[in-house]
Amino acid sequence: MGIFTVSGSPHVQSKQTTKQIMWNVVLALMPMFLVAIYFFGLDALIVTLTSVFLCVLFEWLIQKFLLKVPTTISDGSAVITGILLAFNLPSNIPLWILAIGCLVSIGIAKMSYGGLGKNPFNPALVGRVFLFISFPSKVAMSSWPLPKPLFGGDTLTNAITGPTPLTMIKSGQEVDLLNMFIGQTGGSLGEVSVIAILLGGLFMLYKKVISWHIPVSFLGTAAIFSLILWLISPDTYMDPFVRLLSGGLMLGAVFMATDMTTSPITHKGQLIFGFGCGVLTILFSTFGPMPEGVSFAILIMNAVTPLIDKAIKPKKFGY
Amino acid sequence: MRTFRKGGVHPQENKLTNDCIIENFPLPNKAVVFVSQHLGSPSLPVVKKGDRVRTGQLLAKIDGFICANTHSPYTGTISKIDLAEDFTGYKKMAFYIDVEENDEWEEGIDNSEDLVEQIKLSSEEIIEKIKQMGIVGLGGAAFPTHVKYMIPEGKKAEYLIVNAVECEPYLTSDYRLMQEKIKECFIGIEILKKALKVDKALIGIEKNKPDAINSFTLMAKNYKGIEVVGLKTKYPQGAEKQLIYALTKREVPSGKLPIDVGCVVNNIGTVQAVYSAVQKNQPLISNVLTLTGKNVKQRKNLLVRVGTPINSIIEYCGGLPEDTGKIISGGPMMGKAITELSAPTVKTTSSILIMSKKESSRKEETPCLRCGKCIDACPMGLEPVHIAQLAENRLWEETEKNAAMDCIECGCCLFTCPAGRPLLDLLRISKNQVATLRRQRAQR
Repeated sequence: MGIFTVSGSPHVQSKQTTKQIMWNVVLALMPMFLVAIYFFGLDALIVTLTSVFLCVLFEWLIQKFLLKVPTTISDGSAVITGILLAFNLPSNIPLWILAIGCLVSIGIAKMSYGGLGKNPFNPALVGRVFLFISFPSKVAMSSWPLPKPLFGGDTLTNAITGPTPLTMIKSGQEVDLLNMFIGQTGGSLGEVSVIAILLGGLFMLYKKVISWHIPVSFLGTAAIFSLILWLISPDTYMDPFVRLLSGGLMLGAVFMATDMTTSPITHKGQLIFGFGCGVLTILFSTFGPMPEGVSFAILIMNAVTPLIDKAIKPKKFGY
Repeated sequence: MRTFRKGGVHPQENKLTNDCIIENFPLPNKAVVFVSQHLGSPSLPVVKKGDRVRTGQLLAKIDGFICANTHSPYTGTISKIDLAEDFTGYKKMAFYIDVEENDEWEEGIDNSEDLVEQIKLSSEEIIEKIKQMGIVGLGGAAFPTHVKYMIPEGKKAEYLIVNAVECEPYLTSDYRLMQEKIKECFIGIEILKKALKVDKALIGIEKNKPDAINSFTLMAKNYKGIEVVGLKTKYPQGAEKQLIYALTKREVPSGKLPIDVGCVVNNIGTVQAVYSAVQKNQPLISNVLTLTGKNVKQRKNLLVRVGTPINSIIEYCGGLPEDTGKIISGGPMMGKAITELSAPTVKTTSSILIMSKKESSRKEETPCLRCGKCIDACPMGLEPVHIAQLAENRLWEETEKNAAMDCIECGCCLFTCPAGRPLLDLLRISKNQVATLRRQRAQR
């Protein structure tokens, strides 16, 4: 006879682990990574790898020497923060600025709150906004580097000569929309290609890493809200499709707002969260001083998350 | 397809013993029969040390409202009445019996294989018979069955609900019983319908047992008012409140009983035991038990007399496999880990499950990510993550406000948690503490 385990039920568990969730997110980010390298070249590779390396390093240093706790860098969460931070920045960012961003993301936004699962704000977004406010000339929205053409123009234009179902869009914008979809517009590393973002999002849905609630309500709200504005005055306000396919919104709705730790825990709460993100994004970008408001919208809704969780409770059985 | 309102998980079914015909397990030389084997007040011994008892003879009688009789499963001599460890290591009073080789049955017990179809007893006589024969709920809770049939004044039963779901992975004892004793099951249902004075019985069976659904549906055509309902294969489909909801769309209010929504629920195993008790005068002295596990050499469904040492059953089936990590009485979702292998079986021992080290070891615990999967999985609509956090901070009154007492301990939260957090363990502690608080309040 050997020594047997005694513990409370249940005696079996599902296969999903925290590590798996994290590494699945990393996998989901890979299409965007490949697209970024294709369009922006070596710069994208360097920026992303540096960001990942520094985020993991900072987490390790803080856990090992400041907190003196067991290090948990293999759980993959710092890797995700590193990738997401890089994907929110331009490919020509000076590396010393990137290092500051990593330190803010990991040191301030994550570890000072207690690490994985405890941070109220999305670490990568905090890092990005910090850099955005501190170094506006380097990380500004107007100076995004443009990606190289996909194959050299002709094939691309040929591919979209068919009639588009989106009749409300003026003919001149058709090419733009498809370009945005594939990744032929200026933007940060991760936001240029909507199709790569969607691919990653679908993978996460399939792996049950995210649920549909936040992306759908976020994008849906943004679409309806900007459609209303556009219908009121098409000349003043942006075409809702252009809005939807601007990578920043897609990246935010699929990868940033869906962070489990910083979003509401119930599905109903997630719908409210997505709605808030959508409304704030359109408000900020339409009436605010900056062309884009996704980061701020998500961070503000991060702050509202505990309130949502307090207010929205699942319906109990037998009450 | 009908199912419960929310939550639930899909553990691997692992019904490895579906095709194993029920075998009779040989009598042990020495047996230990606990005086009380039910939920409620303890029974009172009516035999003493040195007495020779016959198979089916009363050993301990009812002493209290929620209580049950215990009968001797053996012919033999009571060598002592003393404390014995149950399989969790908890010491309880028990009869130690030196078993004789041949059964000498107590008078009046019909031990033949003949099927008795005609129900001669009246409603009251049936309930009295169930009470005399020591029938308890074999779904696991061991609640004295006759008590369920004493309907409180002002309440009325509309449905008899038969739980033939067997949603626990690995377990096949109910399934085999349904295959091999289908007639007895249906006569049992007729008996219970008569006892309850209802004309409707609903049998819930999970869709992963299509044979049982087919044979039961076919058989139900010969009876009036018995409906067989195939339910979605989803754990915990067989939890009482979830089953009632799936079959009737009625929600048992918090803190209330099935009878408050007009239902009485019995497990199919109990139904068969009721048949034997009422039609054949047989007390509850044996039950069907599944001995299973991925690495077990000879997996079996066995008809075992109450009081058989667990280790002798394991030996009979080829002994413990090399890499055994955990041995469980019951299923992997709600069963209890066995600490004492020499302990005897009881009326409700439906399974002995032998798990390997790998299969039974828990996930590495990591911080909660707030993924909300436990909330999605909870069939009672609770927030396990929230209650667990309150419990870690010893805020017992807060756990009570968050309905910790509504937890049915199905284990879906702990099963699903990717961070491997001990959610159900913390909920159990909360329930314990809240119960203590409530007792203190009542005393004040």
